[in-house]
Amino acid sequence: MIETEAKIQSHLIPILETVSDPEIPVLSVLDLGVIREASEENGHVTIKLTPTYSGCPAMDVIGDDLRAAFQKEDMTAQIELILAPAWSTDWISEEGKRKMEAYGIAAPLGETADKAALLGNQKIVKCTNCGSTNTHLVSQFGSTACKALFKCDDCQEPFDYFKCLK
Amino acid sequence: MKNENLYRYILGIADSSLILGQRLGELCGHGPSLETDIALTNISLDLIGQTRSYYQYAAKLIGDGKSEDDIAFLRIEREYLNVLLVEQPNTHFGYVMARQFLFDVYHLMLLSELKNSSDETLAAIAAKGIKEVSYHKRFSGDWIKRLGDGTQESHDKMQDAINDLWRYTDELFTMTEADAEMSRNNSGVDVTRFKEAYYEEVSRLLREATLEVPERKYFQYGGKKGVHTEHMGYLLADLQYMQRAYPNMKW
Repeated sequence: MIETEAKIQSHLIPILETVSDPEIPVLSVLDLGVIREASEENGHVTIKLTPTYSGCPAMDVIGDDLRAAFQKEDMTAQIELILAPAWSTDWISEEGKRKMEAYGIAAPLGETADKAALLGNQKIVKCTNCGSTNTHLVSQFGSTACKALFKCDDCQEPFDYFKCLK
Repeated sequence: MKNENLYRYILGIADSSLILGQRLGELCGHGPSLETDIALTNISLDLIGQTRSYYQYAAKLIGDGKSEDDIAFLRIEREYLNVLLVEQPNTHFGYVMARQFLFDVYHLMLLSELKNSSDETLAAIAAKGIKEVSYHKRFSGDWIKRLGDGTQESHDKMQDAINDLWRYTDELFTMTEADAEMSRNNSGVDVTRFKEAYYEEVSRLLREATLEVPERKYFQYGGKKGVHTEHMGYLLADLQYMQRAYPNMKW
């Protein structure tokens, strides 16, 4: 069976919460769902980290930031990159999705909605600026591997949409 | 090396991703529009990310303190096992999309099979890659349709690109010794199995794009055995420049 629940020791959570995604600073690594396991033994922390996209350059930075955060607490952290099961946008927490929207990035919608939007059949992604659903896809690829670019046809603001990945 | 076949098998897949990633990376800042420029480099990033996972695995097999960078930067041309298709130059945007589409359809089929590999690492890399490559295929397929079924000029250019690149498609379905050995022990994929499905899918989209499907007559082979077209040397000169000029430099 594929394990989708993250196994994180509760006393490590406050430290993990201080480490954020360098590209989307409002999201902690926990919100993003990239920490799959974290456990501590005698001040030595083992973390299993999964990348969002294979080539995501933020992963190296997140690894460094994690080591630094635990060092501050007099712990050493060892990071192991794991690929299976592959990360999914379902692992972004509800809290994370709210923070993302407030930051100006439309949160990923369900798979079917996403496909329709990308094929240009429906206008589904809500504008993060004015809330209008009268928006269109400008580019399937955006400023980072995880985002697509949309534009609102009401307020004319361009905005990022976090691509749905399942 | 204990597991020579596995090593060569990994390179056979990974080198194609690296070389196509490098080709797309050459276009950074040169795309025909901002959105396509970003798209090309995003696809490049995905491919190079996948390559890293493969090479890290391959480096472990060599042992001896070797890293992914040694594999990427310090081999000679004959040691790269990528297919000829991916090393073809960025002649124009339509050509880039044709090359991409012909590879994406194959790539997705390959990874869809590889995710069932008995080798856990390969299966994990493939499962991760499928999500990314489906997105690439949607992008390149859309452009084949837009340009094929576009103006007379875009149609002609796209038809020429397809005609030109067609000769490199059959190589995708040749099996090296390592491929055959890995397929026998269920850790590799028998690519000949989806050859017909490939031509069917590609032909369907070409027709939808009002393009003619070229005849399957003359093909060129060699990349999978390390014998490359004349473009490869120049590509590697670019790719390897820093490590050759400043050995062991770190980014």
